[in-house]
Amino acid sequence: MTSMIEEKLLTRNLEVENLYKIEIYQKYDGYKALKKALLQMTPEQILEEVKKANLRGRGGAGFPAGLKWSFVPKDTHKPKYLCVNADEGEPGTFKDRFIMTNNPHLLIEGIIITCYCVGIHTAFIYIRGEYEHVAQRLETAIKEAYKKNYLGDNILKTNFSLNLYIHRGAGAYICGEETALLESLEGKRGHPRLKPPFPASVGLYKCPTVINNVETISNIPIIVLKGGEWFVKKGLPNDGGTRLFSVSGSVKNPGVYELPTGTNLKDIIFNYAGGMKEGRTLKAVIPGGLSAPILREDEIDIPMDCESLMKVNSMLGSSAIIVIDDRTPIIDVLRVIVNFYAHESCGQCTPCRNGTWWMKNIVHRICNGYGKISDIDNLLRIANNICGKTLCPMGDAASMAVRGVLEKFRQEIEDYIKKR
Amino acid sequence: MSLKFSPQIEKEINKIIKNYPQKQSALLSILHLAQKEFGYISEEVERLVAQILDIKPIRVREVVTFYTMFHQRPVGKYHIKVCRNISCSINGAEELIDYISEKLGIKVGETTPDKKFTLSVVECLGACEHAPCMQVNSEYYGNLDKKKIDLILERLNNDIND
Repeated sequence: MTSMIEEKLLTRNLEVENLYKIEIYQKYDGYKALKKALLQMTPEQILEEVKKANLRGRGGAGFPAGLKWSFVPKDTHKPKYLCVNADEGEPGTFKDRFIMTNNPHLLIEGIIITCYCVGIHTAFIYIRGEYEHVAQRLETAIKEAYKKNYLGDNILKTNFSLNLYIHRGAGAYICGEETALLESLEGKRGHPRLKPPFPASVGLYKCPTVINNVETISNIPIIVLKGGEWFVKKGLPNDGGTRLFSVSGSVKNPGVYELPTGTNLKDIIFNYAGGMKEGRTLKAVIPGGLSAPILREDEIDIPMDCESLMKVNSMLGSSAIIVIDDRTPIIDVLRVIVNFYAHESCGQCTPCRNGTWWMKNIVHRICNGYGKISDIDNLLRIANNICGKTLCPMGDAASMAVRGVLEKFRQEIEDYIKKR
Repeated sequence: MSLKFSPQIEKEINKIIKNYPQKQSALLSILHLAQKEFGYISEEVERLVAQILDIKPIRVREVVTFYTMFHQRPVGKYHIKVCRNISCSINGAEELIDYISEKLGIKVGETTPDKKFTLSVVECLGACEHAPCMQVNSEYYGNLDKKKIDLILERLNNDIND
């Protein structure tokens, strides 16, 4: 029993009623890590633990958080900022909403420690516009934290001060891309910026900026409490800790499952999520949010970590597992994909703006019964011409997702075209 | 200029502006408030917001037309936004969209003549564990089927809000 509880890092105490209230959160060791960090540790010591933890970004790119923080220049006269990415737009992903709704103070505690570590005095949570209720819950939690002097001036009577604000987006997938997020925070269209320079040196208002996903930051308190070496053992040597897997689609028990990084994909679907819905069999799985190339049924006996998924030409992404059953025609999956990217392309780069539009039109033509076999190669050609030719990774995502379906299920699409 | 924010919203706006080192950052937040107050972002609202932030109205227009949550035309009292993305689609979203459309007698993107309902389809709402799902204004509804849709629409028709 004890060992079961120990496995949960982010979702520990989740059965506690009203955990989202600061009094309750504190009763269960909440803000203990903050006290340890601010009163007993130097920023350098914290950074060392985060590096040892091998905490990789949970938003999609999987970049090591400690390394990201260390890129921020120390001797700058400019203000530095933290932007927490709570845009959560990757289809199939709902884990950040889960944290923010059930345990908002865990995120806030992580934010304060992160800012102390990097020397930041202003932080923003960029939350997607649709999550209005979640934003309200965070607002309340932030107010509570100010009252306890965990935020504001001279936190815990130290000379460290921090202000934390919420910034609501307004419905644009692209704003989950970190530089688009910055533009949006500056009150503009979410158009990604050319990198380099990277946000760590030139970010919000051209100042050094750290951008981390909600789940990434939420791991910080336990790393401070238990140490990086402890944390890394909860996952894999180069990919520490647990992951929140958002499981949805044709499974019996869709939901968020916290499991060690590297847990077997098949196991997650059939043991934890209860297996397939009554009378359905598994046909395919999208393992890391819609942008991750699809896997066939015979490819899912793999560990869920960044490197294992790269080996099968897919990606862990946001750890969102979308389970597709035998009754779902693959052309429907393809149509969802092309609709989505055509709708969400920001329009800045021609290959993405036009390419996603053409792919959408071709797939719709196929669906309407006017498809030709040559359309498949045409789609592949367009997808190949988007990949690597855009400012941000959205073009690559659109390209990879489309290519994945066409390559893995070419026969089914050919049959569909012939039949129509 | 005749259009004005209510004093309460104006106060809120002034507070929000102070959150940011640069004023223009408050644009999205103010547009959210403006849409709540005026229903949609008309040209007049654009000019009002631009004046508050000392920016050109075209800067406001750029933002309004980029983000899907801002409307340039009035929407119904209840704006129904059904998710059509992957997990919802697998669980029958298309059929539900057709069903709602038929029930309300409007196509996707249209508003009922009594201005009560607008039907839209949207991309992933981040509530896939409750697929198929939808949002009515800012309220989430999940695990939908035809029966549940009937119930929700009936309640809204009688203006019973959850």
